[in-house]
Amino acid sequence: MTAEENGKTPNEQTDAGNPDQAEELKADEAKQDHSQKPESVSGKAETEAKSEKDAKKSDKPAAESQSERNKTAESSTSATADDQSRKETAREKADQAGTKKTRRPKKKAEKEEAREELEPSPKEPLLKKYVSIIEEHLGEDALEDSFINRASKDLPTLIAHPGFYFSIAKLLKTHEELQFNYLSELHGTDFKEYMEVYVHLYSFSQKENMALKVKLDREQPEIDSLTPLWEGANWPECEAYDLLGIKFTNHPDLKRIFLGEDWEGYPLRKDYEPYDVEV
Amino acid sequence: MVRTEEMLLNVGPQHPSTHGVFRLVVKVDGEIIKEATPVIGYLHRGTEKLAEDLQYTQIIPYTDRMDYLSAMTNNYVLCHAVETLMGLEVPEKAEYLRVMAMELGRIASHLVWFGTYLLDIGATSPFLYAFREREAIINLLNELSGARLTFNYMRIGGVKWDAPEGWVDKVREFIPYMRNELEGYHDLVTGNEIFVNRVKNVGTYTKEDAIQYSLSGANLRCTGVKFDLRKEEPYSIYDRFDFDVPTEEAGDAFARYKVRMAEIEESLKILEQAVEQFPEDGKILGKVPRVIRPPEGETYVRIESPRGEIGCYIASDGQKEPYRLKFRRPSFYNLQILPKLLKGENMANLVTILGGVDIVLGEVDG
Repeated sequence: MTAEENGKTPNEQTDAGNPDQAEELKADEAKQDHSQKPESVSGKAETEAKSEKDAKKSDKPAAESQSERNKTAESSTSATADDQSRKETAREKADQAGTKKTRRPKKKAEKEEAREELEPSPKEPLLKKYVSIIEEHLGEDALEDSFINRASKDLPTLIAHPGFYFSIAKLLKTHEELQFNYLSELHGTDFKEYMEVYVHLYSFSQKENMALKVKLDREQPEIDSLTPLWEGANWPECEAYDLLGIKFTNHPDLKRIFLGEDWEGYPLRKDYEPYDVEV
Repeated sequence: MVRTEEMLLNVGPQHPSTHGVFRLVVKVDGEIIKEATPVIGYLHRGTEKLAEDLQYTQIIPYTDRMDYLSAMTNNYVLCHAVETLMGLEVPEKAEYLRVMAMELGRIASHLVWFGTYLLDIGATSPFLYAFREREAIINLLNELSGARLTFNYMRIGGVKWDAPEGWVDKVREFIPYMRNELEGYHDLVTGNEIFVNRVKNVGTYTKEDAIQYSLSGANLRCTGVKFDLRKEEPYSIYDRFDFDVPTEEAGDAFARYKVRMAEIEESLKILEQAVEQFPEDGKILGKVPRVIRPPEGETYVRIESPRGEIGCYIASDGQKEPYRLKFRRPSFYNLQILPKLLKGENMANLVTILGGVDIVLGEVDG
């Protein structure tokens, strides 16, 4: 029985594809097992315990150990039936997970759901504050989305409408309750359906971090430069232009900072083909 | 009447005081710099592009080659980003080993800066002393990781090797030795009138400038901004140590020198406490799946490297390789202020100002 149990888990893992999901499933199963039948908990620990028990029993009369064996056989059959049904549910779940696993963009609704399951982030009020200040000054169309990025140490993240990107950045920098006066990082990413610019800001007075993002048309990525607000955005914008081809308007000196003006193509784009394939 | 004419001068790409391959196109009128344009990219290896085809653990050696003077912090920032994205726990012992390795690396990095900076501005002997002490650190890190510069020591969820027997005691012995030597440096250099005249009121900028140009590390703290990510947003186990964040108000090259020297002292303080608290028993690698596959999502973490704020952004689509990996490299950001600092300066101050920024070209070009 144990062998079968053990054999099952890796199968499931491959089905699920996602180790996290698989672990969750396993955890669920473990719970069920405990409630239904403490004996049939899968895992090495139990196997070891059993083998130890068996070893102790080896000096007992043969008949007794025989009956013992029968018992385990019985329980294993019932366990297999149980396993079967559980396997199916697991597979269903895994299938769902498989369909979920489209490469990008992330499905917002699903993400929202996942977020609601967790307890609210301590940064939630801050995010609300930022959103309300921006909406108050620039209207409700200024933001496309806003959320707390749990995977990034609970980072309040705003997605700006491209037309409002610069004015939002300006407001974030100058508003006396926000004062995000330090640009920590700026870079672009090619998400295949769209091009994204990620800006990480820090406020020395608030001691808070936040991320401002904007989604651009992949074929014609063009957006206002932040250099009038932060001098520090100069080279990072050149880097994004050089490697991804994002054009920053009003930039004082937009140049291909690493590769040189004669380089063909933008290497960090996902469809980039190297000029010299041999290398 | 003397007729003057503007002259275009190329400094670099091969120039000893650029510490790598870095070119400055300088327009000079006599001795005065009218305009300076940095040209970079000679060392661009496309780390971020390469990383998109590599598994996370395979990227770690590449990070060693960015800022090769403090590879440990680079190792850490990548591991920390993946751990944050996956929500992994790191065993206590591994954290202590990481902190000790990083702080030793910080001291070694500052020593290289100290030595070469003084060499740049004409003092030869401090270089020899600095490299002697650095050698002791390099030997310690060599014993720990098996490499002198490109350590490849950290792993996602912990570290690769446990400390060899007696290593912690060697670190313990190193601390008073380094303190003593540091005092010697101050006697030799800090009070030296020639040195002070050379660096005081040179390359001055204000707090506002520093923030505006996204400067970080000693370049920011020399203007009086008390900001150190180890203190402000403690990562790893830095919240367990009692240390100070040295700052200066002047914002000139001398202030940057003083901040860095004081930071060596603070790092020694952290090391001293880490050695005392070091748990002899325990695991060095946490529970990590065999194949590292972070969930879909993105993360950005930033930590304090000897040169400033080093950050790592990862966008994952649930695969073994990152969808997009981006390093925020402090030298790249810090160097942006150079044209502003050089404008109107005397040509002889070029090296003083450039050296004071403390750049590593491997990091500038990424």
